[in-house]
Amino acid sequence: MEKAVKKYWPIFLVPTMAAFLIGFIIPFIEGIYLSFCKFTTIKDAKFVGIQNYIEAFKDSNFIGSFKFTTLFAIVSLVLINVLAFLIALALTQNIKGKNIFRTVFFMPNLIGGIVLGYVWQLIFDGIFVKFDTALKLNETLGFWGLVILVGWQQIGYMMIVYIAGLQAIPGDIQEAAMIDGANRMQRLFKITIPNMMPSITICTFLTITNSFKLFDQNLALTGGEPLHKTEMFALNIYNTFYGRVGAEGVGQAKAVVFFIIVVGIGLLQLKLTRDKEVQQ
Amino acid sequence: MKMKKKMMGILATLFFTLVSIVFVAPIFIVLINSMKSKTFINLETFKLPTEESYVGLENYKTAITQYDFLKALGWTLFITVLSVAVILICCSMTAWFITRVKNVFTKIIYLLCVFSMVIPFQMVMFTLSGTADSLHLNTPWGIVIVYLGFGAGLAVFMFTGFVKSIPIEVEEAAMMDGCSPLRTFFCVVVPMMKPTFISVGILEAMWIWNDFLLPYLVLDIKEFKTISIVIQYMKGSYGRVDMGAIMACLIMAIIPVVVFYLCAQKYIVKGVAAGAVKG
Repeated sequence: MEKAVKKYWPIFLVPTMAAFLIGFIIPFIEGIYLSFCKFTTIKDAKFVGIQNYIEAFKDSNFIGSFKFTTLFAIVSLVLINVLAFLIALALTQNIKGKNIFRTVFFMPNLIGGIVLGYVWQLIFDGIFVKFDTALKLNETLGFWGLVILVGWQQIGYMMIVYIAGLQAIPGDIQEAAMIDGANRMQRLFKITIPNMMPSITICTFLTITNSFKLFDQNLALTGGEPLHKTEMFALNIYNTFYGRVGAEGVGQAKAVVFFIIVVGIGLLQLKLTRDKEVQQ
Repeated sequence: MKMKKKMMGILATLFFTLVSIVFVAPIFIVLINSMKSKTFINLETFKLPTEESYVGLENYKTAITQYDFLKALGWTLFITVLSVAVILICCSMTAWFITRVKNVFTKIIYLLCVFSMVIPFQMVMFTLSGTADSLHLNTPWGIVIVYLGFGAGLAVFMFTGFVKSIPIEVEEAAMMDGCSPLRTFFCVVVPMMKPTFISVGILEAMWIWNDFLLPYLVLDIKEFKTISIVIQYMKGSYGRVDMGAIMACLIMAIIPVVVFYLCAQKYIVKGVAAGAVKG
């Protein structure tokens, strides 16, 4: 059978692979190469070695955006996962209307980042105008504004994943523990959470990478203001590219650093939590 | 004991009802403001429209006539539907092929697809928009190819996961009976793949519908705008920002998504859960 199928590769492989080449592989390789060049368009690239990387790390806004993003990732990681887990625990109990609540909590997830950003900008500025300030004027407000916005968007999603995980735990383990006299807390920490490790791995992985890749919400809600103080990684790179002419190479170098960090975090995180998973 | 349990249940329902109201409140507030005249929006954000500030559907009219919102809605729909259709057909074929034909080459394709899923868009945005420009992919038709390329990773990955789980014997029997590989794929494999088609379709549709940066950089935005681009454009235009029209746009952007969600909720939740587990 394999032989017969193999002959059909032009039909099965070529369309996807051609697009994959145009949409991903060529831009990716070109991107790595260009990070070592000075250029304004792809055609006038001149090789400059690691100059761009040196400039990127000298840029205090870039370092600032890294710190801001990391802090944001940690805060939203804890907040989103704890809340989503608790809600999932509650909404798998026998509560009237739990399906409606699930529906409501998940809904913001489907709305686009730009739209959400402006929805929340209206709310926050409506509140802060009473205190004579605005989201774009205060770094701390901007930070927590972003945390609330992203929490509002992602809690429902993580809740769905946690609910799926909770429902997959076989009921007889819980029952056995109950007969052995384990109380509620013991059951939660000794049975539920260890058995939920696969879901926890997925959700922590998703929240961290989502935080690092966050762009639309950042652009719409604060736009990086005041003075690039609430600029996250992705937005900083975007602003370097399109903010001023001549810095494209630095932007591309930052993008490569960004890519390495995202992949690195992903791998590290997967390794750390995978070790804690129990085999069933 | 029973009384206590019942009380707890009622309290929990009450508590979550309140939380739910807080959850949908932001959207409700935008809805209220979309019916106020623009000067009142920043000053009295949380007040219901009064006789003075109420303008009915005036803001919606502005959004549609001055900012061409409906056109943007149309293009967004067009790009999303076409891209998702192309992704589903091409990637399911590729996934089946690379699972059934085992060699170094197909293994590399699979690994590349997995690899592409973690890449942040900023890594390729500049070069991708350059490539797309030089190949004249800056139209709603052309961008479909870009989406196929950039969305292939997730789709191929999810389809491959499914193909691995179906028995090869059915396909072998079909081929033995004289079906060509193409016919085997479309008449035997595709019907079995239906649940995965729905999951992948929903995930890709959610991404493409809401995407901002890719179409913003790839499309010729003088001619073609998507919803996200229009909203960002209105807000970013220097000088006077028409808050009223923006509110109307936000509502008109949210409504289709919510309606779609309420109609296809079962599939969406399943698709999302499946996507997360695989990711």
